[in-house]
Amino acid sequence: MHPTDVSNPDYYHKVVDCQWACPAHTNVPEYIRLIAQGRYTDSYLLNRESNVFPGILGRTCDRPCEPACRRGRLEGEGPVAICRLKRVAADLRGDITDSLPKIPEKKNGKRVALIGAGPASLTVANDLMPLGYECVLYEKHGKLGGLMRTNIPAFRLPPAVLDEEIAMIMDMGVELHLNTPIESLKELLDDGGFDAVFVGTGAPRGKNLELPGRYDSDKIYIGIDWLESVAFEHLDSIEERVLVIGAGNTAMDCCRTSKRLGGTDVKVMARKPRDLFKASDWELEDAEGEEIEILENHSPVDFVVEDGVLKGMHFDIVEWHEGEDGRLASETLETIFLPCEAIILAIGQENAFPWIERGIGIDFNSWDMPIVDRTTHQSTRPGVFFGGDSAWGPENIIWAVEHGHQAAVSVHNHCQGVPLSERPPFGMNLVSQKMGMHEWSYSNDYDPENRTPMQYADLEERLKELNVEAELGYNLEETVREVQRCLNCDIQTDFTPVLCIECDACIDVCPLDCLTITDNGDEADLRGRLTAAAVNGDQDIYVSDALPQTKRVMVKDEDLCVHCGLCAERCPTAAWDMRRFELYIPYAGQPWPTTISTAPTTSL
Amino acid sequence: MTYITKPAVRHPALEKNALGLTRRDYEGAMSTLCAGCGHDSITASIIQAFFELAIPPHRAAKLSGIGCSSKATAYFMNEAHGFNGVHGRMPAIATGANAANRDLVYIGISGDGDSLSIGLGQLCHAIRRNVNMLYVLENNGVYGLTKGQFSASADVGTVSKRGEVNRHGPIDPVSLALTVGATFVARSFSGDRKQLVPILKAGLTHRGFAIVDVISPCVTFNDHEGSTKSYAHTRTHSYEVVQTDFVPLMTEITAEQDRDDVTAVTMHDGSTVMFRSVAEDYDPTDRDAALSFLRASQAKGEVATGLLYLEDSSEDMHAFENTVDRPLVDVPFGDLCPGSATLEELQKEWR
Ligand SMILES: Cc1cc2nc3c(=O)[nH]c(=O)nc-3n(C[C@H](O)[C@H](O)[C@H](O)COP(=O)(O)OP(=O)(O)OC[C@H]3O[C@@H](n4cnc5c(N)ncnc54)[C@H](O)[C@@H]3O)c2cc1C
Ligand SMILES: Cc1ncc(C[n+]2csc(CCOP(=O)(O)OP(=O)(O)O)c2C)c(N)n1
Ligand code: SF4
Ligand code: SF4
Ligand code: SF4
Ligand SMILES: [Mg+2]
Repeated sequence: MHPTDVSNPDYYHKVVDCQWACPAHTNVPEYIRLIAQGRYTDSYLLNRESNVFPGILGRTCDRPCEPACRRGRLEGEGPVAICRLKRVAADLRGDITDSLPKIPEKKNGKRVALIGAGPASLTVANDLMPLGYECVLYEKHGKLGGLMRTNIPAFRLPPAVLDEEIAMIMDMGVELHLNTPIESLKELLDDGGFDAVFVGTGAPRGKNLELPGRYDSDKIYIGIDWLESVAFEHLDSIEERVLVIGAGNTAMDCCRTSKRLGGTDVKVMARKPRDLFKASDWELEDAEGEEIEILENHSPVDFVVEDGVLKGMHFDIVEWHEGEDGRLASETLETIFLPCEAIILAIGQENAFPWIERGIGIDFNSWDMPIVDRTTHQSTRPGVFFGGDSAWGPENIIWAVEHGHQAAVSVHNHCQGVPLSERPPFGMNLVSQKMGMHEWSYSNDYDPENRTPMQYADLEERLKELNVEAELGYNLEETVREVQRCLNCDIQTDFTPVLCIECDACIDVCPLDCLTITDNGDEADLRGRLTAAAVNGDQDIYVSDALPQTKRVMVKDEDLCVHCGLCAERCPTAAWDMRRFELYIPYAGQPWPTTISTAPTTSL
Repeated sequence: MTYITKPAVRHPALEKNALGLTRRDYEGAMSTLCAGCGHDSITASIIQAFFELAIPPHRAAKLSGIGCSSKATAYFMNEAHGFNGVHGRMPAIATGANAANRDLVYIGISGDGDSLSIGLGQLCHAIRRNVNMLYVLENNGVYGLTKGQFSASADVGTVSKRGEVNRHGPIDPVSLALTVGATFVARSFSGDRKQLVPILKAGLTHRGFAIVDVISPCVTFNDHEGSTKSYAHTRTHSYEVVQTDFVPLMTEITAEQDRDDVTAVTMHDGSTVMFRSVAEDYDPTDRDAALSFLRASQAKGEVATGLLYLEDSSEDMHAFENTVDRPLVDVPFGDLCPGSATLEELQKEWR
């Protein structure tokens, strides 16, 4: 193999599994260390830089970082509770008014329209306002936040948290038009006088289930519409026996909300087996913790309505087999009837753009979705950008944020006459963490604790009201315990081949058998003959230049390194060193280094 | 010294031996030797050898004298028996322990100072008695623990870190062992685990005294230019005379064995040591030839490595002395100490 180029920011970035997996590349290990030091405000600000809504996301994020966490690959451990630590920073932070970006009094003369007040549009405003843009936000509803407001229930996301983080952006001076649905994009483009338009209107249409009896009762609801009615207090009760159809995240919010509005016997009905559910494990567990039954392999047949009164539903109980084409096919075992008084359909969302005229230069594909460039977010009409759920269908908040960042870069380039393809690059910095003979700036000892469980509000209390936050958040003791579990994957093992005398000390001391000195070979061959075979192909192996004495190479399998620093500590020549990697993330109009200095950390 | 010890967390796919133990179960305390010391690397090879042979740690006894090398017994097999003796006296302690309990697996760790200066006589007599043990001589050409004075294995012309030149001729432990009748003689290098581990396994299996002279660079006092025991010098001046494979009992022997250049020696327990001569016509079962070969290569400034001599038909100390076939702990107390009446009887015979 060719020697690994560690000066490419991607290499070390990938080692920080959580940061790499985070769509917005939040600097997780650094923010966890800041929490460990009690620097909650700094931790919050570091989060805010990349994910904009730490308080919201610390409660609701889909957390792609956690399944990626290296800790989860060690035996029986569970990933670090990255998301819930974010909430700790948000809950305990101090006043940040002075640390928010300053908004120039003198504007740069460019006007940008933002359609829809969800996280995507809000992020675009957050990135462009400090650059002097005039942002004009149009929202159909009378409140801000998009689905975060209308669909994510208050017991998961308290409105106060939402209000506060949205206000940080709106207070930058965004011009707001509530209750103003855009009904013609053509008109906005022709008459608005905007230099760019960002479409962040989400995927507003809940999928229907066209089965016999569907329109015979008014107690059959579309999930996202029903949640919206609840959020806007148009609805405050539901019948006792409720069936929720679907096993995604929306279904989980519908069933848990039903429980709070009078549902006593609430069942979630899924066609597929549990391991194929769209909902995350923790959401399923949260629902089950509220005495909701989740039934798998139940395929809906029809709605049973007698004299206009909903009686229940028929389901086929199915078994799934993998067909010859590799697809799953179901076989019906029997058909059963389940009685109920209300049904909520939560089987997915769709995009709909009735307000975008055809023939204005915005091309649509065969699924009636606008054609949007994956990198620049620009549609086929220059100056019109899409992001969030409106771009490629339903995702989640953190993706909407990342889309917002990228769209802001594009809008900025567009308005400054720079080609959209000239995107500012990622950068990096590496700083040795050696403090003395055997002293590192970070807490390098390995902590064998298992993941700290989350505590919940008393079940009876929390089901009484819609707005009692279910999760209590970590207390100080739990926080102290959980922060120590982070392996500090950003403190990289950095190797200087010319210094190595091939004494094997690092290889012998490594608790996870990550290191090998051997003859070079191609990747497949090398992976097979390391101290421990490097079987996880998703994880890179590092290969050094030829070593001075024997011309062999140093190889490191990044997969299970716990960043304990023992290799560097036992190396007589400091060929291995532990260096803190900082990723410089480019934002619109912002040259790195980033705005917040994460001054060298001190040991605990 | 390190502030944190090696954490217990381990690779989930770590191999297990016949006892269900992993290599990590054969580890000891965290080393306090200088980072990069060859002795630590030998420790890792010892761990590997015991692990591969699936020797229960509590059935082994670790013995040593004084020196950095002698400290190394603390760094493997926490659960083994151990005795850290006075300087140079480990062979006597090993002899006594072995006499009392012949069933344990004995490993002695010593240095060139411990073995070739103060302990030279002790070593020779343990070899003569053919005490059943593996004797690892961790050879760095200096007294590491006392800050790098030349030892008796330092070559003529070696320059110390402070610039002094050594003028005394070296004692070569391999030639010495052959001369006084050792039945298993090997030399290796701490940095060549592929060679060292099979030799250690064969040595642990050998019935009788197995000595392995392991060149083990002292990174702190003897790893500079002008040293003949540095990493760089050993890498450029050592060469393998015989390749050794150790094939434990119960493992199928491959076609390798039938090759012309391969000699197979069956050990007392049925396992096999296979030699492949790299140097032309080298015969690891001919003591005289081995001696003259070594003398010639030494004259050229070369360090010959490999399992250089093996004689497995030898009788060990217990056979010479016609001792009881069980460890003394297993002999009923009445037999061990038959009482004053029996003593009286015995003494009568000599009156
Ligand atoms: C029930 C449910 C629960 C969810 N839970 C989570 C969760 O826990 N974590 C998570 O990360 N994600 C969750 N999501 C997904 C997440 O809410 C969305 O992916 C995210 O809000 C998308 O952001 P957005 O900015 O693209 O659009 P949205 O949040 O959908 O906002 C779009 C906004 O545009 C407005 N709008 C639409 N059309 C027009 C128009 N023509 N003119 C003016 N305004 C318009 C809408 O009123 C809305 O306010 C959930 C989704 C649902 C349905
Ligand atoms: C009776 C006695 N004499 C002298 C010493 C001092 N002393 C301690 S270690 C040592 C030499 C050790 O050299 P070696 O066996 O080569 O070990 P190394 O440290 O090089 O591994 C000496 C002379 C001692 N401890 N006891
Ligand atoms: S930091 Fe070094 S010693 Fe520790 S696990 Fe990683 S490679 Fe191994
Ligand atoms: S400890 Fe240092 S000098 Fe020794 S092999 Fe490892 S990197 Fe090389
Ligand atoms: S002084 Fe030399 S022999 Fe002793 S521990 Fe240090 S490197 Fe090893
Ligand atoms: Mg020595």
